[in-house]
Amino acid sequence: MYHKTVSYRLFSIFNNVLLTVISIVCLLPLYHLLMVSLSSSAPANAGLVTFWPVGFTFEAYAKTFENANFLSSLWVSVQRTVLGTVLAMVINAVAAYALSKDTRVFRARNIYLWYFVVTMLFSGGLIPGYILILKLGLMNTLMALILPVTVSVYNLILLLNFFRTVPKELEEAAFIDGANHLRSFVSIYLPISMPAIATISLFTMVMHWNAYFDGLIYIKESMDLPLASFLQTVIVQADMTKFDPSIVANKSQRTLRASQIFIGALPILLVYPILQRYFVKGIVIGAVKE
Amino acid sequence: MDSNTLLQPNPKAARKSKRNSGYKQPWMLHLMVLPAVLLVFIFSYLPMSGLLMAFQDYKAGLGISGSPWVGLKHFRYMLENEYFLQITWNTLFFACSKIIMNLVIPFIFALLLNEVRNMGLKRSIQTLVYLPHFLSWVTLSGILIDVLAQTGLVNQFLSSVFGIKPIFFLGDGFWFRFTIIFSDVWKEFGFNTIIILAALAGINPALYEAAEVDGANRIKQTMHITIPALIPILIVVATLALGNVLNANFDQVFNLYSPLIYQQGDIIDTFVYREGLLSGQFSFATAVGFFKSLISLILIVISYRLAYKFAGYRIF
Repeated sequence: MYHKTVSYRLFSIFNNVLLTVISIVCLLPLYHLLMVSLSSSAPANAGLVTFWPVGFTFEAYAKTFENANFLSSLWVSVQRTVLGTVLAMVINAVAAYALSKDTRVFRARNIYLWYFVVTMLFSGGLIPGYILILKLGLMNTLMALILPVTVSVYNLILLLNFFRTVPKELEEAAFIDGANHLRSFVSIYLPISMPAIATISLFTMVMHWNAYFDGLIYIKESMDLPLASFLQTVIVQADMTKFDPSIVANKSQRTLRASQIFIGALPILLVYPILQRYFVKGIVIGAVKE
Repeated sequence: MDSNTLLQPNPKAARKSKRNSGYKQPWMLHLMVLPAVLLVFIFSYLPMSGLLMAFQDYKAGLGISGSPWVGLKHFRYMLENEYFLQITWNTLFFACSKIIMNLVIPFIFALLLNEVRNMGLKRSIQTLVYLPHFLSWVTLSGILIDVLAQTGLVNQFLSSVFGIKPIFFLGDGFWFRFTIIFSDVWKEFGFNTIIILAALAGINPALYEAAEVDGANRIKQTMHITIPALIPILIVVATLALGNVLNANFDQVFNLYSPLIYQQGDIIDTFVYREGLLSGQFSFATAVGFFKSLISLILIVISYRLAYKFAGYRIF
């Protein structure tokens, strides 16, 4: 009956207002930058833009899309995201299927599982990884951005746990009809697990789209940089305001930088509603065991 | 096939079909794991052998087999180096502050969010606060650099409301540390709230009903039902975080720091990157990275043991 007391009602109103304000403040910086990107560069540089565009224009976006470097980076990012996600999903899902069998069916299961989990706990680190890519001759190739991150042990375990919730009877019926494991995977497990696979694909896509560091160290050709790495060089590295606030030349780029930040984040913002619907489930899927 | 064979299946044929079906084909399962096993071998296990570099003076021309062995020289140099102690302290400071803040703030936020009765409002709030989690640090630091500039939105606000002189958020050691911790909370607190909300949803409503009958108000219910029910999950999250005390988040620091604040802002990972890939000190950088991975490994193993002991938590 506490709902009805005056003090709880007062608290409730206060609480709703507080949480609404907090959540809006969380996104204000993002919104502010969007407004900057839509303003003319003179008022933006003078700091006159707050929460409304001043001298509304798409000039910054037009300029960004005229930049040949930007366009080629965009294309590299699209390639790595699509190829990387498809490859990762095929390899991880197939492996997760095999590892979802218990030891009676697949005796080596636990050995394989440990083989994968060890890499979660310990790694060679930055320099040996870099030298490996160098030695394999993968420098300046798309594969340097895709192959090292293809197997995600975390996603593999999420998928594995999901596959284990599929009723055994379905598979047994297929086996009696003469199906083999590949058939059982393709015709039974995949269709049933579509929600989990879609979720993990989206996560993988976001990971590939956002990855910038591998591009910075493995790609030396500026036209072949993925978009996130390109943006890192033009937005973060080029930012001299961190060292010297009085450099004016850099300030004139403000609307341009804001527009680039936005274009880079746009795909994430677009898939976010779908992600958001699924990822809560995804976490729950991963958390529920046995 | 006539009806007779259907009713009385040939035992030989049945055995054969069973042999070909999934029951008896472990080789196919091995084949299905193979691509992942190979990739992990090449890109995770092979680099581990590269750790031998830490005990050598590695020269790119000579390779690991040809470079001279120097024993623990790089480790000794590292531990005697005062700057290394400074960055280790910075790393621990950032990581621990973030772990604590990312436990306390989501916990309070989840408790407050749980009191929002209007489902539409609740969902909208969640949607807004989860969003930064999915944006990359390149995007977020691009935003932060603009908003925290001397003439940026935050300084404009502070000077017009409180009359404070512009703060040099990314150029002053103290404010840099503040920015790192605060921006990490900004990115992650919403996402971390999910785990706690999931635990909240698992509390048996009968407990609240019983408390209501006994005349407990909402504060009492929270103190005696909600919080005790959340303690196990908090213990698990806190223990597992132990393995992360040397992970101060490379991506975040790398995209926000500058030589101006190396003393207060440099961390082990950024140091390894600069020493190794920018200055070409492959062996020394590998030694530093190896040291960090080794300590982290020990901490992770301890934390999982503890989590299993305290809360019966297992990863698979």
